[in-house]
Amino acid sequence: MTALPTPLHDWLARRGWSLHPHQQDMLDAARDPACLLIAPTGGGKTLSGFLPTLAELTETPRTGLHTLYVSPLKALATDIRRNLETPIAEAGLPIRVEDRTGDTTATARKRQRADPPHILLTTPESLALLLSYEDAPRIFAGLQRVVVDEIHALAESKRGDQLMLALSRLQSLCPDLRRVGLSATVEDPAAIARFLARHPQPCRILTADPGPAPDIALLDVPAPPPWSGGGGRYAIPAVLDAVRAHRTTLIFHNTRAQAELFFHDLWLQNADALPIGIHHGSLSREQRARVEGAMVTGDLRAIVCTGSLDLGIDWGDVDLVIQVGAPKNVKRLVQRIGRANHRYNAPSKARIVPANRFELVECHAALDAVRAGALDGDPRGPGPRDVLCQHILIAACAGPFDADALYAEVTTAGPYAALSRDAFDACLDFCATGGYALRAYDRWQRLQQRPDGTWQLRDPRAARQIRMNLGTIMDTDTLKVRLRGRGGAPLGEVEEAFAATLTPGDTFLIGGQIVRYEGLRELTVEVTRRGGDTPKIATFMGTKFATSTQLSDRILTMMAQDDWPDLPAHTRDWLHLQRRVSRMPRADRLLIESFPHDGRAHTCVYGFAGRNAMQTLGLLLTQRMEDLGLGPLGFVATDYAVLVWSVDPLTDPAPLFTGDNLRTGFETWLAGNAVMKRTFKASAIIAGLIDRQSPGKRKTGRQATFSSDILYDTLRKYDPDHLLLQITREEARRGLVDFGRIEEMIARTRGRVDHVTLPRVTPLAAPLFLEPGRVPVQGAGAERLLAEAAERLLAEAGLGAPDTA
Amino acid sequence: MNSHAFTFCAETFHALPSGALWWPAAGLLCVSDLHLGKAERMARRGGPVLPPYDTADTLSRLDAALAATGARRVVCLGDSFDDLAAGAALAADHRAWLLRLMAGRDWTWVEGNHDPGPLDLPGTHRAALLAGAVTFRHMARPGAAGEVSGHYHPKARIALRGASVARPCFLADRCRVILPAFGTYTGGLATTDPALDGLMGPEARAILTGRRALAIPMPRLPARRRA
Repeated sequence: MTALPTPLHDWLARRGWSLHPHQQDMLDAARDPACLLIAPTGGGKTLSGFLPTLAELTETPRTGLHTLYVSPLKALATDIRRNLETPIAEAGLPIRVEDRTGDTTATARKRQRADPPHILLTTPESLALLLSYEDAPRIFAGLQRVVVDEIHALAESKRGDQLMLALSRLQSLCPDLRRVGLSATVEDPAAIARFLARHPQPCRILTADPGPAPDIALLDVPAPPPWSGGGGRYAIPAVLDAVRAHRTTLIFHNTRAQAELFFHDLWLQNADALPIGIHHGSLSREQRARVEGAMVTGDLRAIVCTGSLDLGIDWGDVDLVIQVGAPKNVKRLVQRIGRANHRYNAPSKARIVPANRFELVECHAALDAVRAGALDGDPRGPGPRDVLCQHILIAACAGPFDADALYAEVTTAGPYAALSRDAFDACLDFCATGGYALRAYDRWQRLQQRPDGTWQLRDPRAARQIRMNLGTIMDTDTLKVRLRGRGGAPLGEVEEAFAATLTPGDTFLIGGQIVRYEGLRELTVEVTRRGGDTPKIATFMGTKFATSTQLSDRILTMMAQDDWPDLPAHTRDWLHLQRRVSRMPRADRLLIESFPHDGRAHTCVYGFAGRNAMQTLGLLLTQRMEDLGLGPLGFVATDYAVLVWSVDPLTDPAPLFTGDNLRTGFETWLAGNAVMKRTFKASAIIAGLIDRQSPGKRKTGRQATFSSDILYDTLRKYDPDHLLLQITREEARRGLVDFGRIEEMIARTRGRVDHVTLPRVTPLAAPLFLEPGRVPVQGAGAERLLAEAAERLLAEAGLGAPDTA
Repeated sequence: MNSHAFTFCAETFHALPSGALWWPAAGLLCVSDLHLGKAERMARRGGPVLPPYDTADTLSRLDAALAATGARRVVCLGDSFDDLAAGAALAADHRAWLLRLMAGRDWTWVEGNHDPGPLDLPGTHRAALLAGAVTFRHMARPGAAGEVSGHYHPKARIALRGASVARPCFLADRCRVILPAFGTYTGGLATTDPALDGLMGPEARAILTGRRALAIPMPRLPARRRA
């Protein structure tokens, strides 16, 4: 057993603290090249990561960087610095800790490069930036340890892939570097370990005592949930009762829009004026800081929030977590539950509020999974190549590199361990010449080979541009919202696409208040407080989470039961009625119902592939129906089904659902689809083909920038096998397009289609008619819509019909 | 051909869905801001290496517009090349293509801010061209009348049931017409921008390009914000 150095030991003793077993384990494993700790929230996880560093620096004082700490959140880095400074000051340790994020001042950054602290706390993006400097070898000289916090969250995104590439670079600079990962409970620790370790080295996995099982159940709401929608408004009285009965409650929502609407309605019913705040990523930094401050001092009884509170910042005395809406993902639910009772060895308490009738079934399935300890996670596949392209450009910024050495280094990163040399060379070629079939840029290559064979930037000015575009986070283009008037208070941000739909006089919700849109001024949305009682327009577009594969499977298993004694009578009767008039969906078969309603033919496909994939399925299906001349008019998708309405009924759906047919449809559909273009844009920015639109740049209102859609169309037309289109297709297997889940559905049902034709709407399909987010069928329809709008606008302006030739 | 016909200076003009302006009585086709060689110029300056297909794409759309209208006169309204060096560096096959399009046509290159000097190409090079009552120049002059210009790359955004669509557009009022950019790699300036707002009269229309040319009232900011 490794003992702590005396000053640290004495400090713990003075406080009356002793180490948790896993903290001791971490000390014992301190010399391992890689080590992963799985611990629940509140288990002293972060201190576990730093103990070996504190011990080593106390025993052997030194100068220079010893430990690099990387976390996904800037706020987390700042938080940890404060937490570390206490033991360091009180135990009198000779250790300097600093953080470095996008918010660090230029002066501080410069000083950090010249004279690095012992412990540097940072984010993947700031680390990548540091590695792009020519003096990176000097900055990192002597680095011993890297601690990756919340690695389970990073491993789910390109930020994690970028970080692992950065670690491969660091490892070459500092061969003795030891890696530590800190993770919340995950389904597959071995996968995270492979992600973290230097391939093919092993990685020790330590698991902390998970603590007592959480106290988790559905919130007791007397009223039955509505048939559709995602707001959970019907449960507000019960939520207020629960808030009253606890010290501090976190009320999680799946989307910002839902959080805003719920918060607004909550206050309308908050007769006792309980202090309740709202926190989400679209609010201004000032607004968020205010809520965070009030939370820490215990001035708030509840916070309505979204994923922005998901990660491990310590919010103090939370004793209840309420999840409104189905959690969509068991793992996230478990991690959110962990936010309650941030003390080790006390059970977390959580209550779930299904937002509608179907979600009641989903919430039951999720609770079963939590009790069974069955977490979900869809494996991510190999590291994406757009991130690799950026890594190559970053390497070039730091100085000339050797392609063989860089390839060898990259394949030590877990996500890129299986990368072929050809795939690497394609990325290098893209960075150097654009990688086009037409070799047009021989004179103007971005990277150039020197006589000794190494690669360097042809034009050193390019380094600045590469650094400015660094990172893999895709901010949707947003506009700031401010109260009108000199020095009007900032309220937050809305997506540009949302702002574009506003006309003066429209009212919408932000930060819990209804504001009136007055106009746009220099890319700021100006609003006034003169709002009415009801906002006219829903806030934000935003992405919605899709129900995970595992949870969808559990729901299907539940549906196959003969009876549902655990479910409330209203939901049980609903499912029995469905079985009587039609069939229940099954995991190994595809249920399709056709029925007339309101003079239109309707088709409902129960694919259970998650919202994004079902949306894609809706687009593919309506396209095929248009080809067949059935006149599809629109569709609506949920996590479990897609409902299509058309002029003529679909009489023989089975052939449409063979793998080949869907895949062919998918390929053609790639051409014009807006979701594909969004996917392309993200990869094009990451790979360095186009610049990020920084707000400062857009402000000049130059007409020189053009949309990435034009590049997408051009590549599709002239260079369809281009690397970036390959990457776009790979990306479309997950994310917003999520074609991988459709493939999964095809494999699961294997053409076994149950087509049921009925005279009227079925019980399971009924809620879909109330679902928002109906998509009119595009194609010929879109032009018609545009023409209609043009005519209407001209008529309104008194200009009459256009005289078209 | 899905174009939008309108009367300007007592003459009939057609705003084509491609973004070209067609004056049938004069047999004249006008295109603006071709920005040929743009991708090459960006790469030359150490910027991103964009797909090098823009010049071919712009030329093929110009080719199509000439074939469809049978124009005898052509006016390129400036910024035809992304810079003078791009004009000089035109690939041999693109140059030959351009010369083929020019053959047998009365072709005028109006100077733009990107290509201010004479180009190493046949045709007439001018600061501006007067044809009948109509003046063709690159950049609109405040107070001018009977003027056809380009430069600004106007684009209009229009809300459609919760979504919105942005399209390059013509702007037209009694005194002037501003053309959208014809080049493939060209962005747009919103019609709500003060620069465009100040130039156009209150009755101005935006004619959207796309599959069909569509006229709408020019989208602008609410009146009191314009002050």
